[in-house]
Amino acid sequence: MPDRITLSVARYRPEDESAISFQQYEVPCHKEWVVLDGLNYVKDQLDGTLTYRWSCRMGVCGSCGMNVNGEPKLTCATFLADYAPGPVRVEPMTNFPVIRDLVVEIGDFMRKLTEVKPWIVRKEEKPLSEGEYRQTPSELEEYKQFSMCINCLLCYAACPIYGLEPDFIGPAAIALAQRYNLDGRDQGASERLEILSQHEGIWGCTFVGECTKVCPKDVDPAGAIQRYKLSASLASLKRLLMPWGVP
Amino acid sequence: MAKRSFEPLLWLLFSAGGVLAALLAPILLLLFGVAFPLGWLSPPGHEHLLELLRHPLARVFLFGFCTLSLVHGAHRFRYTLYDGLQIKHLNEFVNLVCYGGAIVGSAVAAHLLWRVA
Amino acid sequence: MRASYTEYHPRWLRRRKSTYWWLERVSYLAFILRELSSVFVVWTVAFLLLLVHAVSQGDNSYRQFLSWSASTPVLLLNLTSLLFVVFHAATWFRLAPQAMVVHVRGRRLPGAWIAASNYLAWALATALVAWLLLGD
Repeated sequence: MPDRITLSVARYRPEDESAISFQQYEVPCHKEWVVLDGLNYVKDQLDGTLTYRWSCRMGVCGSCGMNVNGEPKLTCATFLADYAPGPVRVEPMTNFPVIRDLVVEIGDFMRKLTEVKPWIVRKEEKPLSEGEYRQTPSELEEYKQFSMCINCLLCYAACPIYGLEPDFIGPAAIALAQRYNLDGRDQGASERLEILSQHEGIWGCTFVGECTKVCPKDVDPAGAIQRYKLSASLASLKRLLMPWGVP
Repeated sequence: MAKRSFEPLLWLLFSAGGVLAALLAPILLLLFGVAFPLGWLSPPGHEHLLELLRHPLARVFLFGFCTLSLVHGAHRFRYTLYDGLQIKHLNEFVNLVCYGGAIVGSAVAAHLLWRVA
Repeated sequence: MRASYTEYHPRWLRRRKSTYWWLERVSYLAFILRELSSVFVVWTVAFLLLLVHAVSQGDNSYRQFLSWSASTPVLLLNLTSLLFVVFHAATWFRLAPQAMVVHVRGRRLPGAWIAASNYLAWALATALVAWLLLGD
């Protein structure tokens, strides 16, 4: 294993440029170093102007998502040694507008996430005297996988539909909607149906499956979306055939 | 509201068509498209086929298979055009061609299957 | 990628997706090929209807259909179609467990069982059709 490796990092300085350019940085290549360590070395020792997001450096905060050699990855979980002898191309995540260097604008996702109401929705609240909403382990299993999402947005970077269709709500938001739909304590499925089942909400998805492939937390958003398509379409069918039915 | 109610229904039809096409298209093409023409197996006699096709259940089933497979193909192709060629802005035209084609094909299927016997 | 413009937003770099995005990764290409199998499903229906028509017109036209289907262009088309519809079936059944979660007595059936039952149904349907057409 060589002891140095070159990072080819995308730079975008909006005050000076109107396109991305690449800058080469040679960083040490220790066995346990990840791409984020390389970027931090660049910022500390070589070029303090490099701008990027990171936080926990252990794969739970979802801040450090970037395209490494064209693939959406968490840079804190991607080992430099795996790319030896390099160079390693580091770019901002696909399908998002770039603010500066490796930092992307995620406002679209934040808006769509809020729209799907990712919280427990109750039609009637239990009075406090009745105690907490209890849940068995098997009830937890129903939605636990979808609750592991760290909002890293690698799935949005991998999804070609998100890049083509502006109204597509996207993998993580739909998976999080499912996390609440499948939660026994939630009563908001019909409210979410309104938002998700509109023309492009979920129907733009053609089950490419890339989102599940890149997810660092094994959330399987593709599975969540397909399952939701089935329940949403059956609900729509029921409404069509029995419009007087209970929503 | 009307726009919303089409997509879920179309997806259900697309899925049903996908299942039927997946189950039956391979063997049908294998036999009539490859095995019989190449002489690997001898094709069924005319009488035998006519007898099969005359049965009302067979014709109803074949009509269902044709219609659902056509809707499946139309739906998938429509999205391939949107995503592959990025012609979403022509969506009215694409929808007309795809689903219109499926409807025409189903009508042809109904006519041909009715006319057997 | 829409966002309302304010005085600070015009400098965000919005990268347009290339028309050939599906060539950028092998998995994207495989996806597009899978979607194009829809064209060959439509051809299968058309071919089947041509067969039905030929059968209903009598023995002669049935024989004509059989020899037409042996001609080189039709044979090549059908060979290609066969590959694509098998690809459609294989990918459809492989992905089914992701789309369907089946509960039996409160426990989830393993995905492998769902896939296996799909493949079994495929085998049974194939056997049934073959028996109907080839059997006496």
